Amino acid sequence: MELVSQIYNDLPVNLLIFVLSTFLGIELIRHVSRLLHTPLMSLTNAISSVSFIAALIVMAETTNTNLLTLATIGVALAFTNIVSGFMLTERILRMFRGRPNKEERKAQQ
Amino acid sequence: MNDLIVLYLYAAAALFFALGLKLMSEVRTARYGNWSAIVGMVISIFATLAAFEIHRVDLLVLAVIVGTIVGTPIALKVPMTAVPQRTAMSHAFGSLAVALIGAAEYYHDAPNVDPFTMAVLSGEMILGFLTFTGSSVAFLKLQALIPGRPFVYPGRVVISLVNLGLAIAFAVYLVLNPSRSFALPALAALSLLFGFLLVMAIGGADMPTVIAILNSFAGMSAAGLGFVLDNKILIVAGSLDGSSGLVLAIIMSRAMNRSFINILFGAVGGAKEVDERGATEHRTVQGYSVDDAATVLSNARKVVFAPGYGMATSQSQHVLKELADVLQARGIDVKYAIHPVAGRMPGHMNVLLAEANVPYDQLYEMERINPLFPETDVAVVVGANDVTNPAARTKPGSPLYGMPILDVDKAKTVIFIKRSLGAGFSGVENELFYNENTMMVFGDAKQVLTELIAALKTK
Repeated sequence: MELVSQIYNDLPVNLLIFVLSTFLGIELIRHVSRLLHTPLMSLTNAISSVSFIAALIVMAETTNTNLLTLATIGVALAFTNIVSGFMLTERILRMFRGRPNKEERKAQQ
Repeated sequence: MNDLIVLYLYAAAALFFALGLKLMSEVRTARYGNWSAIVGMVISIFATLAAFEIHRVDLLVLAVIVGTIVGTPIALKVPMTAVPQRTAMSHAFGSLAVALIGAAEYYHDAPNVDPFTMAVLSGEMILGFLTFTGSSVAFLKLQALIPGRPFVYPGRVVISLVNLGLAIAFAVYLVLNPSRSFALPALAALSLLFGFLLVMAIGGADMPTVIAILNSFAGMSAAGLGFVLDNKILIVAGSLDGSSGLVLAIIMSRAMNRSFINILFGAVGGAKEVDERGATEHRTVQGYSVDDAATVLSNARKVVFAPGYGMATSQSQHVLKELADVLQARGIDVKYAIHPVAGRMPGHMNVLLAEANVPYDQLYEMERINPLFPETDVAVVVGANDVTNPAARTKPGSPLYGMPILDVDKAKTVIFIKRSLGAGFSGVENELFYNENTMMVFGDAKQVLTELIAALKTK
């Protein structure tokens, strides 16, 4: 079957990508400051919502109403995460401040 | 568009995602990290739109509008105390999306699904569906819509394992007979039930680890979908998310000195544990007034605050910052000690204190602050309990034994602000209450802190 051979041809490359990305992820995350674990979670959540494009692919390959409905729900859910994930990360990160500089300290007193 | 160009664009997107996580490693560059990931996302979406022709653009636009309408207020309005809930909810959304897309892909391809694809699809759907209900329960618990204590019943672990085993059995059946589509709803229902029962049996204070584990599951199921659709960027993004959740879960479980298995199936907390072998000695606790505490604070040179989840529930982070300002105006050095599992998700305390305008260079991780306690004059514990219990160091029989704690007891004086003498989440009494250098100040954290500020102004 054509379909089967195609998938098995791609498998080694996909496995390689999976293994390397996992190792890369572990190394990158290990070095994230603990200060930032909360915004990190909202960021990785937004990144993994790239499953949005999986829903797009399913939408493109079918005309069946039931499947289109499932894909549309998928798009809506994933896009909610994209929007709220990136916006919340930005909002949290804006709250992190260093020590106020001299002028700000004077203004406070 | 040429398939090859799409692949190059996906490669660029992968680079931006990885760069985003790299920049996220420190506060100075973190916002660039977010923007880098946004660029990666935009590239991925446009490359896909260019490569695949969408017939029902109306549905796409509708879904995107719904996503924007739902997502924007969540991001802009959610208070920092509620970020754990919103994170649980986003894991629920993300995993449901992946599970539903997997189901749609199965029905589209069936019965021409090869065994490998079917195996990955089944695994992806099991993870997706169980993460959906698991995260939904976590959301309900964190939002206090249902009780946070573990829901335990006889034979819990056996029932859970049989449940999961049946889901896997249906998955194997589908791999062998991909045309028997009736097995898919069964697999979905069993996975949904498993996720529900799993998280129902986990207590509120274990949520930091649970959220991280569910984060990992959501990412892994997205990566699985990438294999099924042969979509490289989905594999990259999913595995980055999956490994991120895994690393955070490991950090959290180490900080509690517990294994994943113990956290997932141990049902710790809430269930009244028998006190250690009938503690016969009756010990008394000396309660102090706010005024006493203010006097001690006014004579200190170095003060460390140790906040916990109680600070979040009483919303007292802003008052705590005010107290810090008053102390600093008197020339007293102030630091904050952050235990890795304080709060309800990884990094929760840092975000709450950042919201209250505490400069992040005053926030000290456990490993950095512990050597400083012996030279600290006053340690103030606000809304924390188990993470300060010296029994973790000294009592081999205690359930807390071996857990890394904040060594507040090594400070010259400990001011412990607490509502009552109740035990902490673990059900273990805090040894600290009975130490000679501990001043218990009873009352609501916010009120006590407010009174402390007023009392300090008179001294």
